[in-house]
Amino acid sequence: MERASDDRKDSFERLAREELPRLYAIARRLVGDYAEDAVQECLLRGFERFEQLDDRDAGPAWLTRILVNCCHDRGRRRARRPQEVEYTEVEEFSLYRKIALEDPFPYSDSLHLDFLAGFGSDDVREVLLRLPDLYRTPLVLVYMYGFAAKEVGGMLDAPLGTVLARLHRGRKLFEKEMWEYAEQVGLLASGGRP
Amino acid sequence: MISCSQAVRQLWEYLDGTVGDVDRERLEQHLSRCRRCCAELEFAQEMRRFLAESAREEIPDDVMARFDATLEELHDR
Repeated sequence: MERASDDRKDSFERLAREELPRLYAIARRLVGDYAEDAVQECLLRGFERFEQLDDRDAGPAWLTRILVNCCHDRGRRRARRPQEVEYTEVEEFSLYRKIALEDPFPYSDSLHLDFLAGFGSDDVREVLLRLPDLYRTPLVLVYMYGFAAKEVGGMLDAPLGTVLARLHRGRKLFEKEMWEYAEQVGLLASGGRP
Repeated sequence: MISCSQAVRQLWEYLDGTVGDVDRERLEQHLSRCRRCCAELEFAQEMRRFLAESAREEIPDDVMARFDATLEELHDR
């Protein structure tokens, strides 16, 4: 009996250690400075529920789902901004067209790529953290960490159509926030960041 | 023939493979004749690459030490 329990503990620890870099990176993008606490909570909840995991191959997605819930609990406590965004506010925004129109780097022959090159990982995280949780979570999980929209639907208990709609709006919001962030922190000045 | 704004609205879904057959065909017809929308499509591809490349994050040593301690504590329970 004790042996079985030790095997279970070993197995959980192996899964957790393999997944820690990804879990921490996801948490940094979902809750910023609260990432450490969110991952800590995820490890505790995961350990307590590990017996419920029948298919060990599903371990990474299972642990990610727990992490997303931990992050959402933190987000609900913070509740810094309203979740819903007026569709018309963002639907017509195109970062591609905005960059072409404003032409922030007049001497560049690769204007759009230069705009993206101005953003470091920290900048991207800052922009993501400006989005409401509702849109940030699917955006991060699908486009940064390669989960399928259907898998994300399972993690969020949301139908596929809802996830796809949030991805669409999340992308638009992200593009709009990227431009506003670049203006605010001076990424558009004098040819962008060196 | 769909308009540029209709085409642009579907570019990410097109890259995701989540547009239906009829919409995909209309979009591809539009892209075959519209250089500006092709450029938007290329930018959408760059944005996806950019997001994927921005996904890495090192765990600071002090944070990793805390996770190590937690896992050891759980193992000793």
